[in-house]
Amino acid sequence: MDIIGQAFTPHRAQLSGAKTVPETYKRYFHRGISVKTIELPNSTSTTTTARRAEHTNLAAAAGGERDQLTSFEVHMASSTTDAADDRIPRIASTIRVIQDFPKPGIQFQDITTLLLDPRAFKDAIDLFVERYKDQNINVVAGIEARGFIFGPPIALAMGAKFVPMRKPKKLPGEVISEEYSLEYGTDKMEMHVGAVQSGERALVVDDLIATGGTLSAAIRLLERVGVHVVECACVIELPELKGRDRLGDKPLFVLIS
Amino acid sequence: MFAAENGLKGDPRLQAISDAIRVIPHFPKPGIMFQDITTLLLNHKVFKDTVDIFVDRYKDMDISVVAGIEARGFMFGPSIALAIGAKFVPLRKPGKLPGDVISEAYELEYGKDCLEMHIDAVQRGERAVVIDDLVATGGTLSAAIKLLESMEAEVVECACVIGLPEAKGRQSRLNGKPLYILVEPREFEGYC
Repeated sequence: MDIIGQAFTPHRAQLSGAKTVPETYKRYFHRGISVKTIELPNSTSTTTTARRAEHTNLAAAAGGERDQLTSFEVHMASSTTDAADDRIPRIASTIRVIQDFPKPGIQFQDITTLLLDPRAFKDAIDLFVERYKDQNINVVAGIEARGFIFGPPIALAMGAKFVPMRKPKKLPGEVISEEYSLEYGTDKMEMHVGAVQSGERALVVDDLIATGGTLSAAIRLLERVGVHVVECACVIELPELKGRDRLGDKPLFVLIS
Repeated sequence: MFAAENGLKGDPRLQAISDAIRVIPHFPKPGIMFQDITTLLLNHKVFKDTVDIFVDRYKDMDISVVAGIEARGFMFGPSIALAIGAKFVPLRKPGKLPGDVISEAYELEYGKDCLEMHIDAVQRGERAVVIDDLVATGGTLSAAIKLLESMEAEVVECACVIGLPEAKGRQSRLNGKPLYILVEPREFEGYC
């Protein structure tokens, strides 16, 4: 398992271990977006985790970028990282932050700009497929609607079925539903009866985990029919919202935190 | 045009695709025989064949944009985009896309709806295909074509897994753009 995967697997012992390791942060600016690099002291390689951009200014791909980009590239070249470390900062750099959407105070992580970069989009899918391809996954469940963008390519690459988890009244056949809470009120998620079988091994995929409400509803729906949810996989995590805790004992894998 | 009349006559994959689609009668309302593609997505081989047919068609046509219509177009479009090295552009219901958008209204049977696209998703001169699971009247696809053309992209073709009879010969509803369809709708064969 690559280092990035380990850094984000929430086994309690590993998490507390990671917290006691002193970390050096270096900040690079790549295309105007701030990217942090974590250097673990005892490793010969550099683990790169991309932090969410606090401010996006795509127009600031100006003169200064060349020097900054060079220092970024030199750093990567001098490390003994495996290919995964090069891919993640690049993926992170394609994500756009939109201020005050859908309401004031919220910084929306927009993955549509990732989808406009074929190489970055392919790398994101590859990172998930590499992680899961030998884990006998039969089912990829994707959460409406952005989970429908990432889930099917992963399912196709792994020989798994794709199961859409949808808002109420969208699925035409017989469904089972699970209620989950929102900031104000509740919503419901539905899955077709017969889409999955007891004993199947599943991933749940979405673009982003915030509070973990929708992901935990999806887990419950699948578990109710006897499916083993192996892991939840998202491109982005908003750790301050503690969605990971809401998943209970289910592990979470993310590319960007 | 249907795939069977356009190079794939007798291709067994088409029959398997048709067989994998489930018909739900009277959804969302009485009289409508809903063509449910979720059963196709459960069959890995058939799902892969569906994507491969579109990929084989578009991979040498210099396509740089695959636009998918929310939400079932999202289930097919990205895989096609990835395989041909194109960008994927989601076309969404109002209020979903967070950045600056352009909108196009279109007619429903009763009332209107609206489709949106991020303004910076496509560049002038890019060649695009539009993907959805099914075409009926062509209203949504027409709106999609207008969105792409308003940003001066060239819509090369629209592609759907299923084409209802109303879509046949209705080139004018699709603004003169060709329409490529894999299968006709299935008949409802009774409850299993």
